[in-house]
Amino acid sequence: MDLLRVKIWRGGESGGFATYDVPRQGDQTVLDVVTYIQRQLEPSLAYRFACRVGMCGSCAMTVNGVARWTCRTHVAKVEIDGGLEIAPLRNLPVIKDLVADMREFFGKWKKARGHFVATATRRDEFARISPETPQRKAADAAIECIGCGVCYASCDTVSWNPEYLGPAALNRAWTLFNDVRDGARAERLQDVAGDAGCQGCHTHLSCGERCPKRLQPTAAIAGLKRATALAAMRGKL
Amino acid sequence: MRNDLRSRNHRCFWAFLVHRVSGVALSVFLPLHFWVLGQALEGAGRLESFLRWTDHPLVKLSEIGLVLLLAAHLSGGLRLLLLEFRPWPAAPRWQQGALALTAGVSAAFGLLFALNVL
Ligand code: SF4
Ligand code: SF4
Ligand code: FES
Repeated sequence: MDLLRVKIWRGGESGGFATYDVPRQGDQTVLDVVTYIQRQLEPSLAYRFACRVGMCGSCAMTVNGVARWTCRTHVAKVEIDGGLEIAPLRNLPVIKDLVADMREFFGKWKKARGHFVATATRRDEFARISPETPQRKAADAAIECIGCGVCYASCDTVSWNPEYLGPAALNRAWTLFNDVRDGARAERLQDVAGDAGCQGCHTHLSCGERCPKRLQPTAAIAGLKRATALAAMRGKL
Repeated sequence: MRNDLRSRNHRCFWAFLVHRVSGVALSVFLPLHFWVLGQALEGAGRLESFLRWTDHPLVKLSEIGLVLLLAAHLSGGLRLLLLEFRPWPAAPRWQQGALALTAGVSAAFGLLFALNVL
């Protein structure tokens, strides 16, 4: 039988890799491999997943050194000489095995005011937003984020500055900044300005390189940089 | 835990690295450059002997390297300006073009200079 040699991170922050042999199958995903190990070889292995079809964003791990969504990553695409090394996402505390603590990640979405602030009530007319406006186009280009944390785990600026809000939160802020129905656009701009915000980005483009949804948080961040600079020049920051 | 080179190994990160390294190298070189110019103010003799030193092939070679550095840093800077100031839509491939342009322009500068010097 054709076997994969799989090294899996066990333990918390200070753990180590354990090796398992997993039978290879056609069209096997990395998540299939982890599930096989948990079901057949190591019942105590902790990992996260939910949808298995690339929608929920919960299955991200570091596979052979690179952050990926594991449910839609085929083994054949990432294995090196029949070997896989699977670790929890970088730049986040490790809870156990492959489970990273996402609290910082989502906490920063909050800090970046990553929620919609409604201005209308149910008694108002529907807002009519043309999909052709530049603002809507900018928001649409960045809206498909599934909150997987792959960009955040790949960003060196996050490693260098623990306060940095990171690509996903800033990308989210950008979609809301471009939503004309939102009632807190000026305040949000203040939240994302500064060294821990959009100005902290070093334009490595690691986020866009790794994002499984092929978003470009760097483009969103560049937009926020322009918007904050403009607001500052007008004395509104 | 932090990322290692496996995660950083992609085109755009290399572009960032070239820009950073060339910037640091230039900031080390520029004070030297001005110091040499300062020699000219202090006396023609000292500059003369220095200029003779620059005829040395090794010095010539490093001059070519220097122009390459300048060209790389300049075109890398242009690339950054493009990325920062030109609104770009989702999943563009054009920034890779910008990257190629960066490399091309710096190589061209380097070559031009090399041909002139040699
Ligand atoms: S472009 Fe900015 S947000 Fe994206 S990885 Fe680089 S520093 Fe992080
Ligand atoms: S921007 Fe992409 S990589 Fe980052 S959290 Fe959203 S989907 Fe994941
Ligand atoms: S399990 Fe939902 S995105 Fe992978």
